Amino acid sequence: MISFIPELEARGNPSTTMNFLVPVIAVTLTILTGSVIFAMMGFDPLYALHTFFISPISTSYGISELLVKATPLALIAVGLAFCFKNNLYNIGAEGQLTMGAVFGGGIGLLFYDTSGFWILPLMIIGGAVGGALWGLIPAVLKVRFNTNEILTSLMLVYIAILILDYLVVGPWKDPQGYSFPKTRKFGDSGRMPLLFSGLRVHFGIIITLIGVFASWFIFSKTMLGYQLKVSGYSPIASRYAGFNQNYLIYTAFIFSGAFAGIAGLGEVSGPIGLLYRDISPNYGFTAIIVAFLGRLHPIGIIFASLVIALTYLGAEDAQLFMQIPAAVGFVFQGLVLFYLLGTELLVNFKIVFRKNL
Amino acid sequence: MSFDVLIGVIQIILVATTPLVFAAIGELVTEKTGVLNLGVEGMMLVGAVTAFVTLVITGSYTLAFLVSLLSGALMSGLFAYLVLILMSNQVATGLALTIFGIGLSSMIGKNYIGTPIQGLNPYFFVALSFIIVFLVSYFFYKTKLGLIFRAVGESHNSSHALGYSVIKVRLMGIIFGGCMCALAGSYMSICYAPMWQENMTAGRGWIALALVVFATWKPGRILVGAYIFGGVSILQMNLQAWGVNFPGQFFNMAPYLATMIVLIIISSNRLRIKLSAPASLTIPFFKGR
Amino acid sequence: MLRIVERPLIKMLNKQLFLAGEVKMIRLITLIITILGVSIGSANADPKKVGFIYIGPPGDHGWTYMHDVGRQYMESQLGDAVTSTYIENVPENADAVRAIRKLAASGHDLIFTTSFNYMDQTLEVAKEFPDVKFEHATGYMRAPNVSTYSARFYEGRTISGHIAGKMTKSNIIGYIASFPIPEVVRGINAFYLAASKVNPDIQIKIIWAFTWYDPGKEADAANTLINQGADILVQHTDTFAPCQAAEKAGILAFGQASNQEEFCPNAHLTAIEDIWGPYYAQRAQAVVDGSWAEKDTWDGMAEGMVVMSPYNAKLMPTDLIQEAVAMEVAIKDGTLHPFTGPIYDQAGELRVAEGEVADDFMMATMDWYVKGIDGELPQ
Repeated sequence: MISFIPELEARGNPSTTMNFLVPVIAVTLTILTGSVIFAMMGFDPLYALHTFFISPISTSYGISELLVKATPLALIAVGLAFCFKNNLYNIGAEGQLTMGAVFGGGIGLLFYDTSGFWILPLMIIGGAVGGALWGLIPAVLKVRFNTNEILTSLMLVYIAILILDYLVVGPWKDPQGYSFPKTRKFGDSGRMPLLFSGLRVHFGIIITLIGVFASWFIFSKTMLGYQLKVSGYSPIASRYAGFNQNYLIYTAFIFSGAFAGIAGLGEVSGPIGLLYRDISPNYGFTAIIVAFLGRLHPIGIIFASLVIALTYLGAEDAQLFMQIPAAVGFVFQGLVLFYLLGTELLVNFKIVFRKNL
Repeated sequence: MSFDVLIGVIQIILVATTPLVFAAIGELVTEKTGVLNLGVEGMMLVGAVTAFVTLVITGSYTLAFLVSLLSGALMSGLFAYLVLILMSNQVATGLALTIFGIGLSSMIGKNYIGTPIQGLNPYFFVALSFIIVFLVSYFFYKTKLGLIFRAVGESHNSSHALGYSVIKVRLMGIIFGGCMCALAGSYMSICYAPMWQENMTAGRGWIALALVVFATWKPGRILVGAYIFGGVSILQMNLQAWGVNFPGQFFNMAPYLATMIVLIIISSNRLRIKLSAPASLTIPFFKGR
Repeated sequence: MLRIVERPLIKMLNKQLFLAGEVKMIRLITLIITILGVSIGSANADPKKVGFIYIGPPGDHGWTYMHDVGRQYMESQLGDAVTSTYIENVPENADAVRAIRKLAASGHDLIFTTSFNYMDQTLEVAKEFPDVKFEHATGYMRAPNVSTYSARFYEGRTISGHIAGKMTKSNIIGYIASFPIPEVVRGINAFYLAASKVNPDIQIKIIWAFTWYDPGKEADAANTLINQGADILVQHTDTFAPCQAAEKAGILAFGQASNQEEFCPNAHLTAIEDIWGPYYAQRAQAVVDGSWAEKDTWDGMAEGMVVMSPYNAKLMPTDLIQEAVAMEVAIKDGTLHPFTGPIYDQAGELRVAEGEVADDFMMATMDWYVKGIDGELPQ
């Protein structure tokens, strides 16, 4: 009988096979659990799984929607990898993306009646700056005051949301908007161009791919990436090697915040084109799941973002075609993360089965 | 302001702040043993919905609270298994618990949204919250087991070397935290606003997390912090009703800003840190190392 | 199918001897009749698909609940001519585009988006699907295939205000408001104008909860207002928490969006009910007939879109009920307009002259309090 408390033996080196296998195991277990849940609720499990996982991507529009949803998740997650690899728990991505939207969107509002090819890049830079600055706050607090970055970055999320709220209801409210809490629309130059007509995939995906590539490049080819990785494995070794810890902390948060900020800007300038109260359905937090599911590796994160995006789409389809409550999407996301976290130890540990004598 | 009105305001503050107290004191116990459980919001919601549904189905208040406590124990038990046995990352696991809890509570409560029930008098629970805080404080600072809890939180390796079971202590802390969060949720759905609506905790779980930090992990200060947060929110409403005006958003930011300021102050002084946050918070414990 | 027709025919002709050829003829004739019959029937029997985008769950007993009631009414009225589906809990951001589009792309002919903040999203999808008809609730932007519709809830506020003015003993009314948008401000103003007309000493205390939907906060706001002396509660938030608080404190309250009497039987005076059903049925029928055209609808009591819940005879004196009913009639036939001049704003400026009524534009963009309301509108 397999004991619930596994006997563990540390591996010499982290197992690379397991690194790839673990997310696959997690997703498989989630699908199995999901079918059990569907069956218990009285739905035909196979049909439900089909509606949830296959039907959303069975049309070209569906695939484009998957990409639209996965794009911000992947971008933020890739940024988060900078922090997580260095054992910095940045859970404030939601706040950083909000401030990115505020800064970038603010530029868009400033030039709402001008046109020029330079406006959008400026907005993107604004988004990066906004997110990076907001990410710097927990970094500075950690370096100067040794404050725990988990809690500071979390508090900053709510502060950022309230700042956006204040701007949208107050100084930045659209004067022709009948007092509704929204800003003016950005000018056409301030909108992310669509890549294919008829599909909603927009330029943000190019930015995400650039971000993914940049992250891969930094981690595998540059000294900075090397330092971040070493610092994550062992801060003592890193210090011994003379790497400047503080510099690494700042850099990690700047990248993380910038990526999140650009994603935030993409969210408002892509599909909608103005600022309003509730811009993100918790992308910042979901991206954390994506980052972990993707094992903090750029390629893994791409796949993970597609999987998680699918759970959102699947939940909508399940609602529409089977009247399964929308909340089932969250249940799936929670499950996939549970399974992933539960099986993660297989990377660093081996389960040993001892014969009882 | 007349005396009666003042009493009324205090009563409202007491009722409104109690869920924060329950959730925060539970999380404090968990964190004192060195574990950070970010799943507070999820556990509160599951506790709220299970209590409500049990009440609707059986009509028994006692059963409702018992089932709710059980649900809290199960949710936090899942977290404990992942974090203690399988040594998963505490931050991510807690977040997963919250997301899962939000989804699970919505699914359980689907058919019960908007069902009317007879609410229960909240003052029993208000009193209970004070008693629990007092008991926790007594436990930590006057009993041997409480000392062990704190030791595990400060240095799990040393405690292990001394022969204490780190896993068992943390398990107890996590389960207690989960039960308290569930109690906070069930208080909300049965006494505070007797109904079930999706996401009815509206972020109070995150405020409870901030509250533990604001209180520098000392039980008595939970009460102080909770009533400051809760009191400010109610006072703001009173001021509105009296016709005084100010931007609501900055007021709403105050608890978070205040928590950050406290965090900065207590962390900046090396000595202060040692006297505040449990040193092994979020660090997983592995026997072999 | 053919057998059903064939058998009785054959039985009927059973007496005579059959040759194979005659049986074949009968079979052929029944086949032709069946085909004709089915094709004639099916030409009209393709049901139109009507989709709904909900911001919350239908069980909320408030805003979304009433839209769902309307949807079911439409189904009951049009029977086989329509089928309906809905997606609930659709967030008011970019995700809504996908949800709306999903309905449009899956064969829906008519789509209702039931919240103001779906405005841009609805228009975007509408551009892409010119053959699908869209109806956006409480919005103001239209397109050839996008109509807007809203209800004159403020008419209901006028009646509530009148009742409150007469029934209050403490002369303090507690108003739990959500966000300072024109719809909410309009409601407050209409309420106050009617209340102060019958009771010049009346005072409204307003708390802005900055949420549509947070039972705890709504309960706190309600209790705060009660504590400050309010003996009647009015709300523009979506749960029945204030009504419960009123019941507990032994005071009176008005329900919101739906008849909430079951939650506060001893406090509930009446409620303003959103009756969307007839409008939905009407628009769906227009799609079935092919007569659907873009328009803006702002209907009120006269058209049956706003209905007052039955007046609580246990709490209200008979003559007051009669007055309320009379007011309803007057609003319906246009002799009573909730915003009849002279109306001054808080700064003392005359907004509506004596003898005139506020026009739709002024009401739709109302961002000022009428004179007599304390406190400032939050920015």
